Amino acid sequence: MDAIEVEGLVKTYGDLRAVDGISFKVPKGRVFAFLGPNGAGKTTTVEVLEGLRRRSSGAVRVLGLDPWKDGAELHRRIGVIPQEFKFFEKIYPREAIAYYASLFDVKVDPEAILKRVYLLDKADAKFDTLSGGQKQKLGLALALVNRPEICFLDEPTTGLDPQARRAIWEVIRTLRADGVTVFLTTHYLEEAELLADDVAIIHHGRVIVHGPPGRIVAEHGRPDRLRFEAGPELADYLRGHLEMPISASDHHVDVEIARPGDARRVFDALGQGSLPWDRFTVERDTLEDIFVRLVGRMDEGVLKPEGAP
Amino acid sequence: MKLRNILADFSITQKGYIRSGVGLFFSLVFPLVLIGLFGLILGSSGSPPTLYVLDADHNSLGDQELLYLINETKAVHVAFVNGPSPSGFSGYLDQNGYSIGLLIPAGFGTAFLEHDPVNVSLIVNPGDAASSGAAIGAVQAAVNYLNLKAANGTPFVGLSMSQVGGVSYTEIDYLVPGLIGFAVLTSPMFAMVDVTSSYRKDGLFRQLSLTPLTRAEWLSAKVLWYCVITLASAAIMIGAGYGLFGARLSLSPSILPFLLVGPFMFVSLGMLAGSVAKTPESAAIIGNIISFPMMFLSGTFFPVQSFPTYLQVFARVLPLYYVIDGLDSVMLYGNGGRALFDLAVVTVLAIIIFLAAIVAFRWREE
Repeated sequence: MDAIEVEGLVKTYGDLRAVDGISFKVPKGRVFAFLGPNGAGKTTTVEVLEGLRRRSSGAVRVLGLDPWKDGAELHRRIGVIPQEFKFFEKIYPREAIAYYASLFDVKVDPEAILKRVYLLDKADAKFDTLSGGQKQKLGLALALVNRPEICFLDEPTTGLDPQARRAIWEVIRTLRADGVTVFLTTHYLEEAELLADDVAIIHHGRVIVHGPPGRIVAEHGRPDRLRFEAGPELADYLRGHLEMPISASDHHVDVEIARPGDARRVFDALGQGSLPWDRFTVERDTLEDIFVRLVGRMDEGVLKPEGAP
Repeated sequence: MKLRNILADFSITQKGYIRSGVGLFFSLVFPLVLIGLFGLILGSSGSPPTLYVLDADHNSLGDQELLYLINETKAVHVAFVNGPSPSGFSGYLDQNGYSIGLLIPAGFGTAFLEHDPVNVSLIVNPGDAASSGAAIGAVQAAVNYLNLKAANGTPFVGLSMSQVGGVSYTEIDYLVPGLIGFAVLTSPMFAMVDVTSSYRKDGLFRQLSLTPLTRAEWLSAKVLWYCVITLASAAIMIGAGYGLFGARLSLSPSILPFLLVGPFMFVSLGMLAGSVAKTPESAAIIGNIISFPMMFLSGTFFPVQSFPTYLQVFARVLPLYYVIDGLDSVMLYGNGGRALFDLAVVTVLAIIIFLAAIVAFRWREE
């Protein structure tokens, strides 16, 4: 059984179809990232999965439970960090963890949990004195109190400084190592690429593309490019010697290397000539490039979402 | 309902409340300020006004009898002044800010003995109606008695006076139950309006809905905490009323149900007001619209009996009226039957408001 199964999920607010027929599965123990621009329907979907919102139609199973009807049982088995976690202003992180532990009726060591999220130094500081990143870490710590089977993180790193982001990534990696399923929404594609086993890109309430990040890049990305820092003369020279597509701008020349051996042919050709070139880099499409391109193509109506007629 | 959850939430509520300080000030220090303020204002008007007497007859036998009779009415306190001339007495009173004065003319005693008509002059300040009324009543009564005696008559209709309830109450006695009622209303009401609306805005209810804590447990913890706060502020006010102003109150355990059901009602009412409002700002406005009439018109600072009739009728639709009337019945009049009726009204209202609040209050959205 998969940890999360979603089939034809629809959520409407009046005339607006915020989620418009989404389907996906998350196997147990995997990190799944839900990507999309603001307003794509990410938060609505997560809230339906968490049992915080009633769906309009479609089938949803989380750990085999209906999140809306079996909310109380589900909540004992999942952990949730909302966007911009907030807590009682005058309460210390240590007390917050003890509070959650008694509500969930579990025995935990507050210090161990705080250490796990890199917040031990602020164990006895009032919540309203914590920075944005520290607050988010407390949210993460509280989500771990009941030893969840699935962790939902809704844009956990939005607005955080790089150090806090890295700390949260590190926690997500340990969760995965411990066999916890992680459901992550983000609009940082780098984050999804780094952490996720699978991603789904959604736009206007529909899934555009879905799969492991590497496969999405391979299927939807352009070929890798060798980029030389050189003038247009180099582009002219290479066009005369190679059959690969070559593009040039004022400062650099890109050569597509789609097939094996292409790279060596490029350097062989360069070796035979005597034109100057400085440095080279390998350019590869990121999830971000693909995301921007796919979202753009969908907005133009060229691309149809998955499952659309 | 799990006791463990209620206690866990109670403990976190208590910590936050005490650390924030604002609530603590309004529930424990503010009542003390109020009782001190009102006690000082009312304390001076508790004793009878002073009647300043200029005796131009120099303490003759007739003067003594008249003044003895005036003093016996207990409506005024007699004090002698020396110095001003009879013609300058009115000006003297005015200069010294005295409201009431009595001029006994020279020759009063002789005239009295010989049954010649003679006048005493009472000088009053119409701006101080209470003192003037007391002086007119006292002097009139004494003069009538003297006239009757001079005509060798015997009074055949006597008047014996006593005060409501058989005991004489001063304003401070009324004030303590009123201010306890004030605390029963304000500390839960204002805090819950704020908590309910701001927690929803900050997503804290959403957060709590993901734990095994239920709405009823959460609310119970709040009721429990505001009962503790109300008991503490009631104890402070009773202590201050007794210790500082000599209030006479009967302390019976029958006060307790009002100090428990009262906060229960206003915690629920605050939650209801906070739940129906869309933003914390509009919640505060709704809370004030509900609270302010109750704060002043339920017998908190002034006894409802002193209101015009239409306001007395209005007071009876205010839930707090029944809390204060009940506290008055227990602490002042010892009227158990009336207290029981008030308690029944408060309990029924509290249950209705609680149920309405639970219906209006959502952890999670549709």
